[in-house]
Amino acid sequence: MGRLSGPLDDVTGDAGYAEHPPRMGFFTDTSVCIGCKACEVACKEWNSVPDDGYLLTGMSYDNTQELGASTWRHVAFVEKSSPSSVSVDLGMPGAGPPGVTLPSGEDQAAASGDNAITWLMSSDVCKHCTHAACLDVCPTGSLFRTEFGTVVVQPDICNGCGYCVPACPYGVIDIREEDGRAFKCTLCYDRLKEGQTPACAQACPTESIQFGELDELRERADLRLATLHEQGVDVARLYGHDPEDGVGGDGAFFLLLDEPEVYGLPPDPVVTTRDLVSIWKHVGAAAAALTGLGVASFLGRRR
Amino acid sequence: MSPRGEQPMVPDVEFESYYGRQILKTPTWKNPDVPLYLFLGGLAGASAVLAEGAALTGRPDLERVARLAAAGGAAAGSVALVHDLGRPERFLHMLRVFKPTSPLSVGSFILAPFSGLAAAAAASTVTGRLPRLGRLAGLGAGALGPPLATYTAALIANTAVPAWHEGHRELPFVFAGSGATAAGGLAMVFTPLPQAGPARRMAVAGAALEIVAAEGLLHRIGMVAEPYREGRPGKLISTARTMTAVAAGVTFLAGRRSRALSVAAGLTCVAASAMTRFGIFEAGIVSAEDPKYVVVPQRERMAARARAEADAFA
Repeated sequence: MGRLSGPLDDVTGDAGYAEHPPRMGFFTDTSVCIGCKACEVACKEWNSVPDDGYLLTGMSYDNTQELGASTWRHVAFVEKSSPSSVSVDLGMPGAGPPGVTLPSGEDQAAASGDNAITWLMSSDVCKHCTHAACLDVCPTGSLFRTEFGTVVVQPDICNGCGYCVPACPYGVIDIREEDGRAFKCTLCYDRLKEGQTPACAQACPTESIQFGELDELRERADLRLATLHEQGVDVARLYGHDPEDGVGGDGAFFLLLDEPEVYGLPPDPVVTTRDLVSIWKHVGAAAAALTGLGVASFLGRRR
Repeated sequence: MSPRGEQPMVPDVEFESYYGRQILKTPTWKNPDVPLYLFLGGLAGASAVLAEGAALTGRPDLERVARLAAAGGAAAGSVALVHDLGRPERFLHMLRVFKPTSPLSVGSFILAPFSGLAAAAAASTVTGRLPRLGRLAGLGAGALGPPLATYTAALIANTAVPAWHEGHRELPFVFAGSGATAAGGLAMVFTPLPQAGPARRMAVAGAALEIVAAEGLLHRIGMVAEPYREGRPGKLISTARTMTAVAAGVTFLAGRRSRALSVAAGLTCVAASAMTRFGIFEAGIVSAEDPKYVVVPQRERMAARARAEADAFA
């Protein structure tokens, strides 16, 4: 066991792998997400994940609602009535006569309704944190760090204690009720072992979900951010990419077009073990206080 | 506004969220299993200390009561804990690794030997057999008792649940005090007055520690303390605090003279300690389910960091 928080150059080496492949991860560029949910479906198909029931939420086109034990990719649909809008030319065939460009950007947003509705879509997934609270608190060793630097649950060891569930600062992992064990995205560990791309990234038609070596993804994300800023998309920002952040940087990070909480993400998540030393110190002091209190109860008069 | 007429800590806050949906997952720990376990662990741990003191100072009645409380609390607590697991048949996986980063792992390695030692000591005290081994087991349980009573605070504080995590400095002391209140109270109920002096003193001192630590907690953690003050958990906690204070006062003033008052105060202590644990448990659930308690403190933290950076450049 190594560091509990802060930047960590070699998370896989820190976990005990002497030799290992480079750290792999996801860069999800939400500026090109079209909300098609191909990632959700591909994930379910490949990993044989059961359904979560068929409920209509009535809140938006998002009926999947959230990540959970049986939803390892979740596409958020944010409807906002703000005038700022970003559209990216995906090279899709147009509907009009050749040579005529359809309205785009602000025009399109304005055209879509009285309140100028803007759509933000984002495919969320387990973050595969550098400092993963779920892994730290698991009492059985069921959660482990793979040779690719990702975080995976071994279902045959999980005993359903549920400690990982409130430990995750992103609210990703959960217990599958009918099964009693915890499940989450494995970053397609089985496919990675065969040198393949995870199902969601392979199915994504717009390359919103990009898979690769984390170092390279971070460079690619910086370039994409610079491009968007040049185009005047000032709202674009990276989320989860910074190794100095509260979880030591995420193995799956995002380019967002609004504040993280708008997409249901915590603005400044922190791995709970960052305070572990302080927690144990206070427990030790309290235990000593209880011992002292016990001793003192027997001092003084006999009665 | 709380029933005691306190001012709210902060005005209503505005924040953005994804259709008001929660960000954290609701802890899947079952109610009443887990809050009951938190209570029983405190009761058992502090009782083991009381039992060892009674043995050392020659108070056989107090020793018997406290030894049975330690063994019974640990046994019932273990049942509650195992019942809470989604797959109880896999409980042994808990003991497959030792992980200091997981309070549940550390706790399993405290609870398992404590349960065995406390049971052995109680059996020896009741039957009178193997007195030396019984004393040795009692000593071991007495040493593991305080860690057992307090590690449960680390168990809940080492999560992302705002009300629990932010309270990680005071919760161990609240749990230590609450455990002492319960152990002292239970011993007061079943021990004759002449031998119950240490139990009374433990209950009163525990009540004082618990109330002071809880007040510190509520005042330090800002808006995240709201779930401890409002709604059902708030009601549980404030009722428990009143009951604890009254019972401690009665114990202090009349505990030595009246057996009836001593029994009533003892029962009140035990009930209040249990209510405190349920209140704290449920406050955590409330704070996990409302995205406000995730977004607003984290935004404040970011703003404070930005201010500090700006100051450093200025």
